[in-house]
Amino acid sequence: MPHLGINEITFLAQGLKWTLFLTAIGFCGGIVFGLLVALGRVAQNRALRMAAAGWIAVFQGTPLLMQLFVVFFGLPLLGVNVSAWLAVAIALTAHASAFLGEIWRGAIQAIPKGQSEASHALGLHYRSRMFDIILPQALKISLPATVGFLVQLLKGTSLAAIVGFIELTRAGQIVSNQTYQPLFVFGLVGVLYFMMCWPLSYWGRRMETRLSQDPR
Amino acid sequence: MDDILIRMEHVEKWYGGFHALKDVNLTVRRGEKIVLCGPSGSGKSTLIRCINHLETIKSGRITVDGTALTDSPQAVDMVRREVGMCFQQFNLFPHKTVLENCMLAPMRVRKLTREAAEATARKYLDRVRIGNQADKYPAQLSGGQQQRVAIARALCMEPKAMLFDEPTSALDPEMVKEVLDTMIGLAHDGMTMICVTHEMGFARQVADRVIFMAEGEIIEEGEPNAFFRNPRHERTRAFLGEILAHH
Repeated sequence: MPHLGINEITFLAQGLKWTLFLTAIGFCGGIVFGLLVALGRVAQNRALRMAAAGWIAVFQGTPLLMQLFVVFFGLPLLGVNVSAWLAVAIALTAHASAFLGEIWRGAIQAIPKGQSEASHALGLHYRSRMFDIILPQALKISLPATVGFLVQLLKGTSLAAIVGFIELTRAGQIVSNQTYQPLFVFGLVGVLYFMMCWPLSYWGRRMETRLSQDPR
Repeated sequence: MDDILIRMEHVEKWYGGFHALKDVNLTVRRGEKIVLCGPSGSGKSTLIRCINHLETIKSGRITVDGTALTDSPQAVDMVRREVGMCFQQFNLFPHKTVLENCMLAPMRVRKLTREAAEATARKYLDRVRIGNQADKYPAQLSGGQQQRVAIARALCMEPKAMLFDEPTSALDPEMVKEVLDTMIGLAHDGMTMICVTHEMGFARQVADRVIFMAEGEIIEEGEPNAFFRNPRHERTRAFLGEILAHH
């Protein structure tokens, strides 16, 4: 009968904590910068649109693992010293901002043109038009996709192990090496991921059904 | 005060290679009600959308209440504050209640307090006889009710003129009357109105002038009785024949 001691369990719990923490950082940073990317993507100004499109292309077109590498090993080459911490925060934020930016860009453009025409006709300015009218509707229709990306991001944090972070996957690897019970330990790690991701996915799906029935 | 509220002079509009407005000249006096009609694609919607700068013109001059409508944000702001608009598809904000729909622009643009904006909103919602639906969302209302809310929303900005872009075309037949009645009420209260519509009964009842457009040009205009009784142009006659045959 496989079993783990209290030390191993604490160690995995620490890893779990880091996984949640990294997800939260990536997601919060991604929301802020993703909003900027989305707004840039639909801006009047061509240069802004191109810049946002380039940003999205780069981060969607390369693996997260490589993005982590580049930030962690690349920035010091440019003379900027970053801790593993900061490196992961930057890379996850940049990664999330590109994906969320693209998700929200699509949602913003899916809002009927009449909405911004009515806002224009009423004399509303950019800020009010975006924050009172367009974004609330866009974010609502993009919620399922946004939650879907959150799940991806949570699983993606396992790559932070590459720069020395002991998050859940890496913690599992260490415990497995110590206890020689890889199947059991990784099984447990898998269950933990599942317990975090599945409720999110479920929530996202429920929201999707609810939104499609909502008269608003 | 200048008696002319809206003036369009030699307005030209192109969509790519399509000549949408050809040398359009139009003056609208304060309190005047104008009905614009014509076949689809004749430029009538484009014309009124130029007045509040939803469309930009290639050349010509548009003046609203003494302000020359240029591309400058100040001029555009001023004109949009003074000119309200209702759309064929209502374009209410679906995530806001009827009351919130009406309060937003007065608060954001006219900088009214919440209390003042709510009082204004309730006043105009009552006026379009929909005050009891103030806390509903647009999707909970019928098309006719939604269009009346859209009229109230525009009125809350206390505009000097109202533009109507086929306000009854998207409505089920039994709802057309309630919207037209609201517009007739507005006309009787002295609002300056430019209405793109095919409702010729409405035109007869309230219009001071009926304007017929085709292929981007104003072909003919006149006082409604004369316009309907003896249209001068062949195209006007053909159009009226088509449209009146259905009524």
